[in-house]
Amino acid sequence: MVNKLTNVTSLSGNGLRDWLIQRSTSVILAAYIIFLLGYIISHSPLDYVTWQHLFTHFSMRLFSSLFLLSLFWHAWIGMWTIVTDYIKPTSLRLMTQLVIIIALFLYFIWGLVIFWGTI
Amino acid sequence: MLKKVQVICIWMLIKRIICRSFSCGPLKGLQSVSKRPINLNLLTIRFPITAIASILHRLSGFFLFLIIPAFLAVLALSLRSPEAFFTVHTCFQHPLIKLILLGFLLALFYHLLAGIRHLLMDAGVAEELKPARLSAGVVIVLAVVATGLMGIYLW
Repeated sequence: MVNKLTNVTSLSGNGLRDWLIQRSTSVILAAYIIFLLGYIISHSPLDYVTWQHLFTHFSMRLFSSLFLLSLFWHAWIGMWTIVTDYIKPTSLRLMTQLVIIIALFLYFIWGLVIFWGTI
Repeated sequence: MLKKVQVICIWMLIKRIICRSFSCGPLKGLQSVSKRPINLNLLTIRFPITAIASILHRLSGFFLFLIIPAFLAVLALSLRSPEAFFTVHTCFQHPLIKLILLGFLLALFYHLLAGIRHLLMDAGVAEELKPARLSAGVVIVLAVVATGLMGIYLW
């Protein structure tokens, strides 16, 4: 039983699907980061009103939520791969992966609160 | 992929060491390997640049994972109120904070560029050894240059 516990903690339980999700989320993450960096540099020096205005815009809230979900999935797959490669004892590996997944989930919720909260 | 190569290398080293240590019966089939020269000097073993690019992609990804809570905390603070935004703004004037920010940006730029290289290779671009080596070098240099430019911009 324990020996079969290799991919139960992977995001989709399917290597090819994980591969595809990691690639597609990477495109979203890249787009978001490049946009944000470009925005910060082009609106330099940045002030609170501009900054707050950007993140309260409905389409930016959607984009940010997409970013958070992509980050959640992308980091899940990446960290799962690293942990699977380097931590050999099954119980320790499973525990580490579960802790990482829970942490990532909490970051996701936290991010949603930031982006959709009363700002 | 890197892992497989590593495993094979380690396995070959182990075989060589065993064959040298005991030139004995059960490993007779491996003796042809044992006649090859051994290179265990850590100062002369060099990883190919593609391997370095690959492990840096992993390291930067891991580092970025560790940074997520700090990133969210700063973002939350900067959006809370004008006063909090001002606090964040003031903090980023400090040279030490700027250096930490540059470290984060180096990891981010490297991971981003290496990721784009990865996507291109998945699409069949630069899959051969020569362009793969070249693009690995280009990605490393570009990440450093982009971070340097951000450093100039920040100071």
